[in-house]
Amino acid sequence: MNPAGTSEQVRRAWAIAKKDIRIYYSKGPVLIFGIFMPVFLFLAFFMGGRQLPLAFLLSGLMGMTLFFTSTAVSPAIFPWEGQAKTLERLAACPITIEAIVLGDMIASILFGIGVTAVTLLIALALGLSLLHGIVLGSAVLLAAVCFSAIGMLLAVPPTNVPSNIMMLSSLLKFPLVFISGIFVPLEQMPAWGLALAVCSPLTYFTDLVRYSFTGAHYFPVPVDITALGLCTLVFTAATMHLHRRTMPRRM
Amino acid sequence: MPAVIEARDLTKAFGAVIAVDHVSFEVRQGEIFGFLGPNGAGKTTTTRMLTGVVPMDGGSVRILGYDIRKEPVQAKQRFGVVPETSNAYVDLTAWQNLMLMGEIYGLDRNRAEQRSCDLLQTLGLYERRDQKVQGYSKGMKQRLILAMALLHEPELLFLDEPTSGLDVQSTQMILVLLRELNADGTTIFLTTHNMEEANRLCDRVGIIRSGRIVAIDAPERLKTAIDRIHRIEVSFDGEIAGDLLSGLAGITGTARTGDKWQITAEDQDTAIRSLVAFSRQEGMAILTLNTLAPSLDEVFLRLTEKERP
Ligand SMILES: Nc1ncnc2c1ncn2[C@@H]1O[C@H](COP(=O)(O)OP(=O)(O)O)[C@@H](O)[C@H]1O
Ligand SMILES: [Mg+2]
Repeated sequence: MNPAGTSEQVRRAWAIAKKDIRIYYSKGPVLIFGIFMPVFLFLAFFMGGRQLPLAFLLSGLMGMTLFFTSTAVSPAIFPWEGQAKTLERLAACPITIEAIVLGDMIASILFGIGVTAVTLLIALALGLSLLHGIVLGSAVLLAAVCFSAIGMLLAVPPTNVPSNIMMLSSLLKFPLVFISGIFVPLEQMPAWGLALAVCSPLTYFTDLVRYSFTGAHYFPVPVDITALGLCTLVFTAATMHLHRRTMPRRM
Repeated sequence: MPAVIEARDLTKAFGAVIAVDHVSFEVRQGEIFGFLGPNGAGKTTTTRMLTGVVPMDGGSVRILGYDIRKEPVQAKQRFGVVPETSNAYVDLTAWQNLMLMGEIYGLDRNRAEQRSCDLLQTLGLYERRDQKVQGYSKGMKQRLILAMALLHEPELLFLDEPTSGLDVQSTQMILVLLRELNADGTTIFLTTHNMEEANRLCDRVGIIRSGRIVAIDAPERLKTAIDRIHRIEVSFDGEIAGDLLSGLAGITGTARTGDKWQITAEDQDTAIRSLVAFSRQEGMAILTLNTLAPSLDEVFLRLTEKERP
């Protein structure tokens, strides 16, 4: 066994993920930011009486759910563990920082996919028909990785106060939801709104979900997938690189 | 004997504070090495650099032949760490904490379970293994952390003030286990600010003050340095001038706090005899007379003095 080898490190990352699932899924802030926030945000919008088709609304709901849930767990883990001094224990263990980050991302991804699966069931129960299952599946997978990397990126500033990070991430997450074509279709956006929308990975994911349910899309599907894939790679590489630099400052 | 830890010119600064300043030492295979110093001396910072938890600003560390900066995972695979602050996962049970460690160290499940049972029994935690660590006392937490550090049977163990602030029972249990481990061949690096503990446990002791190594020696040599300096606290029922006392045989220094005199002496016996003779001669009674163990600071002073030409 080579403890520094990739397969061994991935196995150890899975141990980290299982620990995260046990400990952090039921923490208050994760439930509030991951589940209640998107639900209430959406209900407020739903009751607002906008005359938009159900398929549009539900695909928006799925996009928002995945985004909020997969960014709910990851940003808080490092500050929590820094505060509880468990991070120092991990830092002295034969596991790389990349593997720790990967483990935290896996926990975050699974949380996102799990809750999103529930909204998918709700959407199907409300009579929506799924036209492109494979596209939806790959989009959810890719986007969950991408969003959890964004979540980890938010935790890079080496503060050990979880609420600071939660605040910072809300500051970023809410505006992102508004520019990503969830509440306002991309077709109806002004030019400046569209310019912002193309910068948000959530835009491409929402576009893919909409395509999966209605067949309609704003960008071509390969463009959506490529953009999402690129964002995923860039954000994952960036978060691993940055955490390697800031982790010692949490001790 | 090959060196298990080789630290060369280890240096770390926090802003303007130089926490560790060109510290060099070696720890040999099979020994218990004590790293002794007062609070803020740089013990924790040194331990964190040795174990690859924080990067060093300068110098180099080889652990079991591995450069801790170049091959941290290989090195960490072979040592165990008990950090200064308790840090098991309080939301998990003792058992879950141990299984997590087993997976992170790449042990197979059976071996992890077998080792966990043994360690929990040795450390008196077996009955409470399925309870969340949240409800553990400080001593129980520390014992669990020791079990977590020992699960993968490391050949080298780092402990940062393992018994500081613990109850007597936990302290005893930990010290007994450390001696047994050492007898079975485990090399131990331990920091402490407790001189007695270092004396009783360690084969060699390195003394650190303000980030610098002041002395590295066997505890016997340290003890000699300690025994040479004594303090006596005495009070009389009448007024006396201080220079009268300092002129007495065997007395090297005097200071006064309230109605008590603090006396330093090279030879305790001579000093006490001359104090008694002095009081009789002056027609005064001795109200209190205490002999005090030397403080760590005094030993440090002594050792630093010795270093100067
Ligand atoms: N993270 C840190 N940031 C700033 N200063 C620190 C930090 N850690 C330690 N120090 C300083 O470095 C010095 C050595 O501290 P430490 O290694 O904890 O000593 P010890 O463990 O011997 O009590 C102290 O002056 C302490 O204030
Ligand atoms: Mg310390």
